[in-house]
Amino acid sequence: MELRICHLYPDLLNLYGDRGNVTTLARRAQWRGIAVRVIEARLDDPVDPDASDLFFIGGGEDRQQRLAAPDLCGVKGPALREAAQAGAAVLAVCGGYQLLGHYYRPAGGPDLIGLGLLDLHTVHPGPGSRRIIGNIVVKETGAGRILVGFENHGGRTYLGPKARPIGTAIVGSGNNGADRKEGAVWKSVYGTYLHGPLLPKNPWLADELTAAALRRRYGDIVLEPLPDLEEHRAATAAAIRAGARGLAWPGARAQAPERPA
Amino acid sequence: MRDAAAIAAARLAASLSRLTRMGGGTTLPGRIATVISPGLVAGLSSRLARGVVLISGTNGKTTTARSLAGILEAAGLAVVHNRAGANLLSGIATALARGATLRGRMRGEVGLFEVDEATLPAAVEATRPCVVVLLNLFRDQLDRYGEIDLIAERWRRALAALPSESTLVYNADDPMVADLCRDHAGPVRAFGLEEAPHGEGRALEHAADARYCYRCGRPYEYTLVTLGHMGHYRCPGCGAARATPQVCAREVRLRGADGSSATLVADGSAIPVSTVLPGLYNVYDVTAAAAAALALGIAPATVASGIAATAPAFGRGERVDLGGCEALMLLAKNPAGFNEVLRTVLLAEASPVVLIAINDLIADGRDISWLWDVDFEMLRDSARAVVVTGLRAEDMALRLKYAGLSAERVSVEHEGDTALDRARRLLREGERLYILPTYTAMLHLRATLTRRGAVRGFWKE
Repeated sequence: MELRICHLYPDLLNLYGDRGNVTTLARRAQWRGIAVRVIEARLDDPVDPDASDLFFIGGGEDRQQRLAAPDLCGVKGPALREAAQAGAAVLAVCGGYQLLGHYYRPAGGPDLIGLGLLDLHTVHPGPGSRRIIGNIVVKETGAGRILVGFENHGGRTYLGPKARPIGTAIVGSGNNGADRKEGAVWKSVYGTYLHGPLLPKNPWLADELTAAALRRRYGDIVLEPLPDLEEHRAATAAAIRAGARGLAWPGARAQAPERPA
Repeated sequence: MRDAAAIAAARLAASLSRLTRMGGGTTLPGRIATVISPGLVAGLSSRLARGVVLISGTNGKTTTARSLAGILEAAGLAVVHNRAGANLLSGIATALARGATLRGRMRGEVGLFEVDEATLPAAVEATRPCVVVLLNLFRDQLDRYGEIDLIAERWRRALAALPSESTLVYNADDPMVADLCRDHAGPVRAFGLEEAPHGEGRALEHAADARYCYRCGRPYEYTLVTLGHMGHYRCPGCGAARATPQVCAREVRLRGADGSSATLVADGSAIPVSTVLPGLYNVYDVTAAAAAALALGIAPATVASGIAATAPAFGRGERVDLGGCEALMLLAKNPAGFNEVLRTVLLAEASPVVLIAINDLIADGRDISWLWDVDFEMLRDSARAVVVTGLRAEDMALRLKYAGLSAERVSVEHEGDTALDRARRLLREGERLYILPTYTAMLHLRATLTRRGAVRGFWKE
């Protein structure tokens, strides 16, 4: 069995330790004895929709987004749409998340046309507006699993009817600061503002993406559980630093102190 | 009259702040003084006979300023300096008030101020500097600054306001900094490294920021990578390229934890310099300080002796006695800096014991994602043991797990005291401990070490 990852724009959209997401996917697969192949697709590199089952896009500043947007829609767009339609997993964070929507309207300059893979659009409310910055804790819609991370974005994202949010922000702002919703999902395509990076402290989501990717090629599989002690301790500590109370991860004592430095 | 009251108030605040052990008294006095006399910084700056030097950049501000202070003092100049690293306008005001008599006469000839990146425009406006030194721009504290391009924009504004007779000393190896400086109408003195150990053919590391041309968007090509995104770059699209700097470091030799040496070539003369400051980043700092000193008309021989006499600033290559063994404290606050610190440690010792302290307070950056941009994989096959501490110790332990370090080699200790003790016990006879803290974690560990009598308060040295 092989987990086939395609890392899009690894040197252009990698603002907040985003490559840690790819490291996490790869190492967790290796720990389970699953082979891993990572293909890096930069500007101008075409993408083969059948060669990879999990696509990752990280974040960037306006300048980098402007460089990536036309390439994402033009060079890679049709292949990514085909792969996603066929059940491939996609994870997009922050700037990459915005580019999966219909468009991003920045504080200055023309709109950036996005891939339209997720039914959403993003508007920057202007250079004088407050940036959404801080620790964030999200409760997943439905199963109620927790995501911890850090958000840092100027743009406000609004979902259309075909995308559903990943969850609700218990601490922090999320998509737009108004409806407290965070992220967007359609099929196995996930977009979110959470970095930290996202996957190391939220291994359940890493495994969900991995399972979706492997399902596409190998049919239903059951991932062997991993101990995840350090992951749960770090998630617990992050939730406490964020000011969220009463959350508990298996095996992790609430041990992180809150003390002045 | 107003200035006299402001200076007196600042002195009183400084004494009280130390007496009550509130801190070093390096920012509050200036804040009070500028409330009493808003024009204090401009007024006192203009009374410095040899003018003001401002130093800014993501990494190396404090060390570059200390090196330049060492050179200026070797030249017999009295320096007014925000030595403790308080680098907002309040810190500059504090240093100026301390350097002035109550009548507003300056007891120094030259002002030397390190300046926070975002504060540069305000500092240029207030001090009208004769020399501005721009070191580098790396991604750092994005939660505070927003985006690195926003800092670049602020610098562009600051440079536009710079008096045209002012000299701009800048890093030719940093494409982002060089792009900002190319339009300065006045005198310029670029500095850079002509060579770097293992720099030829080295690939850009993950932490590299400025990979794409600021003019046309094509990826730069590098013939030499020094650190981060710095090196000998050229854009294959529009031809924008590193210009040969006026002050070049050649024959760069790193001696692990024991320092480094280089030959600085400037104005046709070669200046051999040697420093106890470890790591390639400090070669940059020393070269920048030399370039600024030469711009101020200091003789090459004095530059060399001043650099040789400069001791590391607190926490930046500082040596600490742990009772029978030594610790080396190397501040590490962002990916590019941390990678260089790791290389320095591994050059000094093949299988080191390392204490990593990660905080997420405002001065550290509240977002610790950047830990995943640091190549901790370097420690996988080398570190004998790593003790992690700080407010985000668990995040650091998790990062090390994914870097491939087995759980037995990593231990979490929340208190600075217990972390130091555990690390101390792991050391074998004659071994040195390497302490790699973020900024406030460094201050916290130093406070612990001060209580133990191992170091002095950061405002005293």
